[in-house]
Amino acid sequence: MTEKFDIVHAGEALQEVQAPVTPRSIKHKGGDANPSVALLQAQFASAVVRSEVVWGESTVYITPASVTDVMRWLHDDPGQRYDYLSDVTAVEYRDFEAPVEVVWHLRSLPYRRFLRVKAAIPRGAPLSIPSVWEIWKGADWLERECYDMFGIVFEGHPDLRRILMWEQYKEGFPLRKDFPLRGRFSRAEQLRQALSQNIESRYSMEELTIADAFEDLPAEMRKRLSTGERTGE
Amino acid sequence: MGLTARPEHSTVAYEPQSQEGWVTTRLDFLVNWGRANSLWPMPFGTACCAIEFMATAAARFDLARFGMERMSFSPRQADVLICAGRVPFKLAPVIRRIWQQMPQPKWCISMGACASSGGMFDNYAVVQGIDTIIPVDVYVPGCPPRPEGLLYGIRMLQDKVMSERSADKKIREEMNPDPKSQLYIPPSVIDELGEPFGNSVHQTRSAP
Repeated sequence: MTEKFDIVHAGEALQEVQAPVTPRSIKHKGGDANPSVALLQAQFASAVVRSEVVWGESTVYITPASVTDVMRWLHDDPGQRYDYLSDVTAVEYRDFEAPVEVVWHLRSLPYRRFLRVKAAIPRGAPLSIPSVWEIWKGADWLERECYDMFGIVFEGHPDLRRILMWEQYKEGFPLRKDFPLRGRFSRAEQLRQALSQNIESRYSMEELTIADAFEDLPAEMRKRLSTGERTGE
Repeated sequence: MGLTARPEHSTVAYEPQSQEGWVTTRLDFLVNWGRANSLWPMPFGTACCAIEFMATAAARFDLARFGMERMSFSPRQADVLICAGRVPFKLAPVIRRIWQQMPQPKWCISMGACASSGGMFDNYAVVQGIDTIIPVDVYVPGCPPRPEGLLYGIRMLQDKVMSERSADKKIREEMNPDPKSQLYIPPSVIDELGEPFGNSVHQTRSAP
């Protein structure tokens, strides 16, 4: 369970060591792009749709099919080392024709770089995108939240279920534009459904087990838990 | 601080026609006096109201003056549930269970706008007033209420406790929710309480 890891010091991969400074004036559009963007375009010419720099931060638009390859490269390449996934979220626009964008916020601690990666999922089909859980384990809850709020299915996620709303929540995905602010059901119905939930059933056994104690469990129980068995159901 | 003087409880009007005799009323007074001055709170703090509640408990406002300094983090040793903050629907069965675990006699203070009415959170996730889940004795308005406001609510609750009579059998009756819907009050009443107001009238639902 516990793997050895090397401590990463911020900025350790930079050639010249200098303290980070807060820039004085940043242009709204344009300016110096993150050096990863050009390398990414050279490496994955067909995957990168376009890129832009807004308020000094670089955004790369990639195709949904290339997510796994691009992210793996950004994480593993010794010249990139994006070892920290800050956030996974999505953007839906009011224009119902416009695609839904999934956004990853990546940070490279050794190079002190920030990169925003976006992938547009076209409308019409069920929203789905490859999961980056294999690359950053921290994507687990971020993708669950994104699924809970937007209904985007992250393929390859080990345990994709609701995280903020309860599991029996029937009203849909609250951050979608077609979701009414006050919910779909009447207040009484919402309350009735909330009160009739089994409050113990929403945690998996793994969540109830602290990580280190997992190894101490009997082998038979560990095997059962690894198949995704839950308590209280 | 704008608190009104407490009603005088040491004198009880003599009513010959009343069935309650001198001994019963004196005993009631003694019991109520003991209860009102040692209300152990079960703090259910979910939001910024809990900060004000902590301020009330701290040295400047000093809940210990009312015998309430003993925060009871187990509902089984608590007298008054103070719900400080908004309650999302996911937490609704939790607060319901905490209330049911509290032994009689028990009271409930709904502290702040969110706990009392949902407040500004007129959305899909927040309970529109905890009185749709559990019975409430005292509502404290404010967003959040200052400690003085909470103290005023506590004094109101103390007055309520002091006016209880053991002859009134209904006062300790446990309210049981309807087993089918798990609701205390009819759905139509809940819908009426949760009616949109202000800007949110434009937020309509897409299904009944």
